[in-house]
Amino acid sequence: MTKQVVFAIALLFTIGVFAYTISRIVRFFMLTRKGFAVKQLGKRLWVTLEVAFGQTKIFRRPVIGLMHALVFWGFCVILFGSIEMVIDGLFGIEKSLSLLGGFYNFMMAAGDVFALLVAISIVVFLTRRIFLHIKRFEGIEMKKISHIDANVALSIILILMLSLMGMNAAYLKWAELAGHEVHGVYPVSQFLTGLFNGLSVNAVFNHYQVYWWTHILLIFLFANLLPYSKHFHVFMSVPNVFLSRLEPLGKLPNMENVTREVKLMMDPNAAFAAPAADAPIERFGVKDAEDVVWKSYFDALSCTECGRCTSVCPANITGKKLSPRKVMMDLRARMKEKGPLMLKNGHDYSDGKSLIRDYISEEELWACTTCNACAQECPINIDHPKLIVDMRRYLVMEEGSAPGELKAMFNNIENNGAPWQYSPEDRMVWAKDLEMNVR
Amino acid sequence: METRKIEIPVMADCFARGEKPEYLFWVGCAGAYDDRYKKVARAFAKILVHLNVSFAVLGKEETCTGDPARRAGNEMLFQMQALQNIELFKAYEIKKVITICPHCYNTFKNEYPDLGADFEVISYIDLLNKYINEGKLKIDSEKFKNAKITYHDPCYLGRANGIYEQPRTVLKKLGGELVEMERNRSFALCCGAGGAQMFKEAEKGNKEVFLERMDDVLKVNPNIIATACPFCMTMMTDGIKYKNQEEKMRNLDVAELIAESLNL
Repeated sequence: MTKQVVFAIALLFTIGVFAYTISRIVRFFMLTRKGFAVKQLGKRLWVTLEVAFGQTKIFRRPVIGLMHALVFWGFCVILFGSIEMVIDGLFGIEKSLSLLGGFYNFMMAAGDVFALLVAISIVVFLTRRIFLHIKRFEGIEMKKISHIDANVALSIILILMLSLMGMNAAYLKWAELAGHEVHGVYPVSQFLTGLFNGLSVNAVFNHYQVYWWTHILLIFLFANLLPYSKHFHVFMSVPNVFLSRLEPLGKLPNMENVTREVKLMMDPNAAFAAPAADAPIERFGVKDAEDVVWKSYFDALSCTECGRCTSVCPANITGKKLSPRKVMMDLRARMKEKGPLMLKNGHDYSDGKSLIRDYISEEELWACTTCNACAQECPINIDHPKLIVDMRRYLVMEEGSAPGELKAMFNNIENNGAPWQYSPEDRMVWAKDLEMNVR
Repeated sequence: METRKIEIPVMADCFARGEKPEYLFWVGCAGAYDDRYKKVARAFAKILVHLNVSFAVLGKEETCTGDPARRAGNEMLFQMQALQNIELFKAYEIKKVITICPHCYNTFKNEYPDLGADFEVISYIDLLNKYINEGKLKIDSEKFKNAKITYHDPCYLGRANGIYEQPRTVLKKLGGELVEMERNRSFALCCGAGGAQMFKEAEKGNKEVFLERMDDVLKVNPNIIATACPFCMTMMTDGIKYKNQEEKMRNLDVAELIAESLNL
């Protein structure tokens, strides 16, 4: 009974803190702008199955991609056991889901095998991060704290896996010594029971309990650390894939507020139509964290700073300042800074800083070729170029700020209908004296 | 060989005569003004004539799609261009548009519908592919039999619109050897000119993007770099010069390769 009470308190505490964190994040989302509406649920489900559960995009780098996929699939399978632990803990039962029979045996066996596979993958990941100098994990945006964040999360996962295997092994040994029926199959842990040789039944049981509590409490702790870490990815990535933009990568979203203005310009009669009086004056493009559409903020929270985007960015590869990963990290950091202040002081609050310039320089924004390599590469369909163009939109339309040559290009389009300074009269020069061989 | 003059039909004249061509051939600003790329427009026009395609161009009425303005953040200018073009297309009852420039293609196909456009957009690559598949475009010359060709994917056909295999199918018909760079298809490296970079100096860095791409090219050492975009063409042609490869390799558009092998 004591165990149940302690467990219930721990669980309530976990849920309470988590609910608080999420409610804060939801309020940050309320600060952002409306983007596209989420429709086409069938197609979204398919994308989720393919990209999230099928891990198709991570396999663009097959070896390390496979290791990530093992960790992901492992988490999915092991989640089953974690749910059982919560039920067991709350109701004081042992292996409550074993009533599922064969399916239970299968899930337990899979979880046991995956615990080992995940642990091995995590050791590889930690080795890569600590001992090998992988270029992808470096860059101006990768501060010391980013590395600590990564290594702490990986270490927690490693302990989670080791405690899971320890728990399974101790359970097997205890069942054997106490003459209990064994629920579930444990293909890996059965080889670890030797660890408990020579211990009494009670001592083994205590070991079992220590592993059990370590595992579940660490899950509770991990769940509450995640939202404050880049590993929020664990919760956000699957929904982020589900909420992907389904259109071709080349399509930029239309700005409706600009369409209204342009139509007014082109048709003076429309100017007499009453403008929507309650429509608030909206900033063109993105200057600060609250100007982004909700999906960009979702992207930023889902990003786990893996750097695949930056490693394929033509600007970054050739030594320019732009790093698509940094753009996502900056948006997240800026919202973390400004969001709470806006919640406290109102939507119009300004701290005299902004996402553009204080976080992301114009030099970075103008270096983008909109080639979409970053978006193509992102394993969870983050769309960096849309945000970059949104910031350019602010610079150009609100500040009239752009590199001189681009301003000249705008002038040319306005004056002579081409980005270069040539007369429309010369549009057919290419077709002059065109001859073909007679066959 | 005997030659004959060809006149490129202009939409306004056709309309005045009461004719309604099936396709609008959208030449694009590069096709009209870029000296190198004009040759691509000419090559493709000859292919259209060769295939007896019913088409016309807008001529002096053509204007920028607005794409570079949009990508550089000038949404206002983009939409003004777009709405103007949409009106013009409506006036001529244009239902099908063929583009050679992938940037024009992308904005027509994916972005103009948001502003009320209602016409089909066909990339010249898809058109060539269609005629080849239907057996109407036969390439039996052996002109490129000994050529080693590599295809550089333009971002706005490839990643932006998923057109990867069609240009390769077309190129394979030439009979030469088609070699792939290490970064190809969705992994392809941008030439560096997209997103309005074509019209400005690059930001400070340690290398030009097109030279990074040329390193990919040199690893497979082709004698032809096939491109399908005017901006890519400018960059790759420059790359050949910078790397002193003019003796060894040429940069040709897919349309030029087809026109040349057909001896048009």
